[in-house]
Amino acid sequence: MTALHTVPARGTEDRAERIARLSAAAHRIRRHALDMGEVQGQGYIGQALGVADVLAVVYGDQLRFRPAEPEWPDRDRFLLSIGHYAIALYAALAEAGTIDAAELETYGSDGSRLPMSGMASYTPGMEISGGSLGHGLGVATGMALGLRLQGNPARVFNLLSDGELDEGSTWEAAMACAHHGLDNVTAIVDVNALQADGPTAGVLRTEPVTDKWRAFGWHALRVDGNDIGALVDAFDELRAHRGSPSVLICDTRIGHGVPMLAEREKAHFMKVAEHEWDLARQQLGEGSPA
Amino acid sequence: MIASFADPGQRTAPAPFGHALARLAEQDARIVGLSADLAKYTDMHVFRDAHPQRFFQMGMAEQTMLGAAAGMAEVGLVPFASTYSVFATRRAYDFLCLDIAEPNLNVNVVGALPGLTTGYGPSHQATEDLAILRGCPNLTIVDPCDAVDIEQAVPQLAAAPGPTYLRLLRGNVPSVLDEYDYRFQLGKAAELRTGRDVVLISTGLMTMRALQAAQRLEADSVDVAVLHVPTVKPLDREAVLAAARTDRLVVTLENHTVVGGLAESVASTLAFAGVGTRVVPIALPDEFLAAGALPTLHDRYGLSTDAIVQRVRAELGGTPRPTRPGAAQPTVPPTA
Repeated sequence: MTALHTVPARGTEDRAERIARLSAAAHRIRRHALDMGEVQGQGYIGQALGVADVLAVVYGDQLRFRPAEPEWPDRDRFLLSIGHYAIALYAALAEAGTIDAAELETYGSDGSRLPMSGMASYTPGMEISGGSLGHGLGVATGMALGLRLQGNPARVFNLLSDGELDEGSTWEAAMACAHHGLDNVTAIVDVNALQADGPTAGVLRTEPVTDKWRAFGWHALRVDGNDIGALVDAFDELRAHRGSPSVLICDTRIGHGVPMLAEREKAHFMKVAEHEWDLARQQLGEGSPA
Repeated sequence: MIASFADPGQRTAPAPFGHALARLAEQDARIVGLSADLAKYTDMHVFRDAHPQRFFQMGMAEQTMLGAAAGMAEVGLVPFASTYSVFATRRAYDFLCLDIAEPNLNVNVVGALPGLTTGYGPSHQATEDLAILRGCPNLTIVDPCDAVDIEQAVPQLAAAPGPTYLRLLRGNVPSVLDEYDYRFQLGKAAELRTGRDVVLISTGLMTMRALQAAQRLEADSVDVAVLHVPTVKPLDREAVLAAARTDRLVVTLENHTVVGGLAESVASTLAFAGVGTRVVPIALPDEFLAAGALPTLHDRYGLSTDAIVQRVRAELGGTPRPTRPGAAQPTVPPTA
């Protein structure tokens, strides 16, 4: 099987069906993330809930890959720059079928294939070891140049955070992708407006983000990253674009889908009390897509 | 201002790295080249002109160049990425370490102007590149002596499965080792001369100087062996221990600061093996170096053949050590 694994053939599903299917996937990704967060009692649960819709659309609708064959040479690559978002990616990989959902309970434990910060050598489907920010887009540049040289139509996705835009190397790579006309590269910027030391606007102002990417020669769109319909439409538009690299800037809300976490004081590393996990799952369930 | 370390009239080969890479690429379709706006100055232009589709100009962006090289290796290519050593190591180390070395990718980083091979001062002189890189797991480090070493090393670097760092000698590079019964073997040291009184354990261009010094000392009836150690990491410990289990004077020679390079690598090898032999380090001092003409600087910092001969004689008790301040003698490092 070489087709998008969970996706009905294009044209057989109307937009509403597609959105409903991906919303259900996003819900399961959030549920997986909460279960993993409970294992460690803390973690980047806020970011995971915020980015779940983006990952649901990428893995459920856009990425061409074989869940059981993560090294398939013709796969689209998904590079997670932001190693601390691994909790979200593990959830998405479980949803995609690359890892078994039962394995998620080992998250962050000794000997687990699912370390707190994502590492390629540990986890099937994890393409790079992120964590030192500002690396993913440079590696994506080389993969895209190499795949193009080899005549391989595979595409390269890179998920960055808005905080990662502080790193100069991100912009070096942005220039390189545009200079080399890498329309097989799609960057996704998760703008949750929060960094380790506080709100992005106060740490190092990155706005206007869209204008910056456009000035660097990218085809840039900006959407509500918690709106599945908007994400689907935007990714479809980017997929058709040729001649320059594309970036989708996604405004997401930390803790989205679980009101008690979304309304909590924003923190890079969110603490959740032991008794709150059940409540969080309950709140997520109440918001469950039909 | 003289910018070459070759002796006047010395036999040289033009751009040995670029030609070797271009030749290798004819047989191996996986070979690609990258440079960070220094193709012309790292001999990569020879490869670029021979294989334009397989050369990637990354601009003056060393971090992205190394990240991109990693990405190319991830899809099955065998990249050689060239820039100056100072930029590959000081500026882009995180990318070399995490994108290339940690996943153990076959990326070959090529750094020009290693040690004291330019008179441009500290901005261009990579006097501590070995010290920075020796601590990096998985990385193989090669410091070639001459054009012969470079030509023979390039295919072996490509064949080695993991990452490598080559200290590049560029332009018209001396040819010396073809006068000896020598083949470059990755990971192996080679005894170029035997001798009863002194053993010079040398790497990089300092092997050329060691051979010259050995000839000069021979005229004084000092019998000098030369062990060439082109692979700095992993060090050929057996060869080093065999050479140093001796009552000969043991001298290390390197085009690098006395901190963290060959001298300390040899010294720790001996100490860890319980061998108590004293090691005399001929290396650059632990300081930022001056700008100027290379022959003047090599004399001043103790890398010239004259300086080596003087130092060995002094250590043997033949002639007093020079006392000119800041001249000829590498300072003994605080760690020695």
